[in-house]
Amino acid sequence: MADFGEPLAVAALSLARRFADGATLWCTAPEWPEHARHVAVEFVHPVLVGKRAFPAVSLDSSDPATALRSLVRSGDVVLAISPGDSLPTAAVMRRARAWGATTVWMGAGSRPAVRAADHIVWIDEDTGQVADEIATPAAYDGRLVLLYHVLWELTHVCFEHPGLLEVRAETDCGDDVCMTCSDEGRIGEVISADHHGRARVRTAAGIETIDTTIVPTLVPGDLVLIHAGAAISEVP
Amino acid sequence: MSDATDFLYPFIEADERDAGSLLTDLAHSARAKQQASAELRRTTLERSADAIELVAIAITERLQRGGRLFMFGNGGSSTDAASLAALFIHPPWGQPQPARNLVADSAVLTALGNDVGFDLVFSRQLIAHADQRDVAIGLSTSGNSRNLLHAFSDAAARGLLTIGIAGYSGGEMASSPNVQHCLIVDADSVHRIQETQAAIGFALWNAVQACLPLIDRSEHGARR
Repeated sequence: MADFGEPLAVAALSLARRFADGATLWCTAPEWPEHARHVAVEFVHPVLVGKRAFPAVSLDSSDPATALRSLVRSGDVVLAISPGDSLPTAAVMRRARAWGATTVWMGAGSRPAVRAADHIVWIDEDTGQVADEIATPAAYDGRLVLLYHVLWELTHVCFEHPGLLEVRAETDCGDDVCMTCSDEGRIGEVISADHHGRARVRTAAGIETIDTTIVPTLVPGDLVLIHAGAAISEVP
Repeated sequence: MSDATDFLYPFIEADERDAGSLLTDLAHSARAKQQASAELRRTTLERSADAIELVAIAITERLQRGGRLFMFGNGGSSTDAASLAALFIHPPWGQPQPARNLVADSAVLTALGNDVGFDLVFSRQLIAHADQRDVAIGLSTSGNSRNLLHAFSDAAARGLLTIGIAGYSGGEMASSPNVQHCLIVDADSVHRIQETQAAIGFALWNAVQACLPLIDRSEHGARR
């Protein structure tokens, strides 16, 4: 049996820390919308009487990036329940970093790229098991439901350890650093760009104006790597 | 991993060690729940195999007569009902079959909830849409949801095939004469019950897919 225990534990602690800090959990499942609704209702209306309700929202959209752009605040969490090859989910996971959100990608079958989200919690199908015709039987037979049920359960366990929730969440930058000076690089999403080498961008820290001399052809919605007040490259 | 400079950062070290032990406990708990869920799924599907086969044949007969499936439930069970309806409508393989999820339309749901009460949100929809060729499938972990019991009562009165999927010992759905087939997940954790209810739904869909070509063939045979 494939084991998701460790990544799920790390994701639950991260989610609990964000909740403790006032986060909203945004749930999206472009291909399986009912899973997003299920995980949101678990957090908002706990099955166990007396358990704390957390702000979780399910968003029905085939284009979650557009739907979530104005809703997500820095410090929130975006949870996608989606196949590993989902383009709309990959897009929202990438952008959520520019919005300052922590990202969790849950699913089954073939996995997304290793760095596609901050937390990837996966059910690896045993090949040859169940129906061969279906790439992701786990999405239908209750195993994906188990995954977010346990996320909910573990998140509540974390709240029994309030001392550990005060630790600030991990940095989400991964290896996005400036190649020249090895200093920090941050992801930004272009809001508007002019023809004079300036652009307004959204980052985890808020909205700022940056120099775009090096990357002159930016349009709204582009993702850029920002260093020392300038866009140094476009992020695909 | 002790270090000569540890004494400089006693609180950081303490926090890290505590988080580490919490993460170990969480991962252990996740594995235990995963095993419990898999075990419940396995035993329930084994025990329900004959009943699932019987229900699948009955559903297939209705589908062959032009019937449609109506799924419903509350909360998490409503999403499991929606998953099951989606499986029939957009099957990953095999033939699509007409299935509707009665919680899909928020206008209908809020109109009925506001005007006639939440107990009747499903039964009123069945009265509007369903007839004796159709199938009502309701999911409830307790087996006692009032709006499901009302729906089954009206569905049975209209001649629908009525199927309940319930947890614990099946609640009122298990003993109601209005629920012709009640598939029960004998457990007492809402979460483990829902996971296995989904497994029952998936097994039911698989069984219907397996029945369809057989009945198609026998129909063609009869025509010749």
